[in-house]
Amino acid sequence: MFDFSFLTAPASLSFGESNLELILSGWKASVLAFLAAMALALLLGIPVGVFRTVPRPGLLRRAAGCFVELFRNVPMLVQLFLWFFVLPELLPRSAGNWLKRDLPDPEFWTLAAALGFFMSARVAEIVRAGLQSLPRGQREASLAIGFREVHVYVLILLPQVLRIVFPPLTTEFANCFKATAIGLTIGYIELTQRTREISEQTFRTFEIFLVATLVYMLSIFTITMLLQAAERALRLPGLAPRTAGH
Amino acid sequence: MASSWQVLLAALPQLAEGLVFSVTLAAVSAIAGMLVGIPIALARISGARALSAVAWAYVTLFRCVPLLLVIFWFYLLMPLLAQRVIGARFPVPIGPVYSAFFTFMIFEAAYYSEIIRAGIQSVARGQYEAGRALCLSSVDLYRYVVLPQAIRRMLPILLTQTVILFQDTSLVYVLTLPDFVGVAARLGQREGQLPFFYILIAVVFFAISFALSRAVRQLELRGAAAAY
Repeated sequence: MFDFSFLTAPASLSFGESNLELILSGWKASVLAFLAAMALALLLGIPVGVFRTVPRPGLLRRAAGCFVELFRNVPMLVQLFLWFFVLPELLPRSAGNWLKRDLPDPEFWTLAAALGFFMSARVAEIVRAGLQSLPRGQREASLAIGFREVHVYVLILLPQVLRIVFPPLTTEFANCFKATAIGLTIGYIELTQRTREISEQTFRTFEIFLVATLVYMLSIFTITMLLQAAERALRLPGLAPRTAGH
Repeated sequence: MASSWQVLLAALPQLAEGLVFSVTLAAVSAIAGMLVGIPIALARISGARALSAVAWAYVTLFRCVPLLLVIFWFYLLMPLLAQRVIGARFPVPIGPVYSAFFTFMIFEAAYYSEIIRAGIQSVARGQYEAGRALCLSSVDLYRYVVLPQAIRRMLPILLTQTVILFQDTSLVYVLTLPDFVGVAARLGQREGQLPFFYILIAVVFFAISFALSRAVRQLELRGAAAAY
């Protein structure tokens, strides 16, 4: 009933690659976008999460709050369209033209930026919740023995928080990998798009979607396992995170 | 060329229809998804091993694949499946609208069932034991002791998931449906006002999601206050 032989057959409209190789190239594109987006999300999200908890309310805390609300309340797909179709029009002409004409791999970089900002709001919320879950005494004790505010965060609070946020962060890593699929709406050829193309050309719809589903599942399991291993390796004796639900 | 605002004014009825479609899609699939999610959650926490394995597989499968892939799955495969089931000679056209409703219901059920399961399991063991010690029947135990606490705890999370679901309805754009994003994007294209209409989409989604998540937070605070 099912026939998987098309996987090793050369794909139509390709340079001799088999359908399986096309799927794998789509997977690689998904992985690259995921890595770039997640790197950006951590880079932005951790400071934003920290700024949301600074003790004195001020411009910094309010700006971080606005950042999170803005990137959390607009759908990911709409954000991607804003980056791809709207941003070049709003920028000064020369910068807009550069984005439209000269940026190499525009689909990849736009997807990475859009996903990175979208995920950074979620990372920030996780970091904020982690910081607020620490006992107040940690901060107070550090200040009492003469640490400066910056050092309280960098030397005392963050090393603890970045360990306890692993379980919720793992969920967001998985979400980010899945979210790379929206790249297909701006012409980024990733796993879901490859799956559709092969399905259209071979009419082996069921089989190719089954393969793609398995590839996604394996990828998510791998991401989860790697992060769990990292969490165990970094764990401090006596400071194990409470077992949060997946 | 007409200004953006004139175009917007003329397009308001169409945009409103698109928004109604998106909200309906979110509301119907939220309610249907919760209804499907309840038996899945119960199956997972039931003692029956085969039953809970099936429920686990369902949840894991849908939580490991992107919603976009699932949208295409059902869109492309349901006609083939229907053909096989009723023995037709050709794939049965189901249409993108029914396909979208069905996809969201099935996909969200996996997420809702996990929230419901976590809510029920968050009720402390002592509550069950105390209920049993008072000779409550199983039905009464759940009705008067477990569910009131579980529902209070899961309600904010269920609603937060529904806000996410509402945002995710934007993905049906890929099926060219009369949803809000689809309608607005097509109007923007036709009128040569694409940036304006994309910003409009973002503002509308932001306003609705922001208001809803604020309301959920209020509910959460009130729930936390009532618990003490």
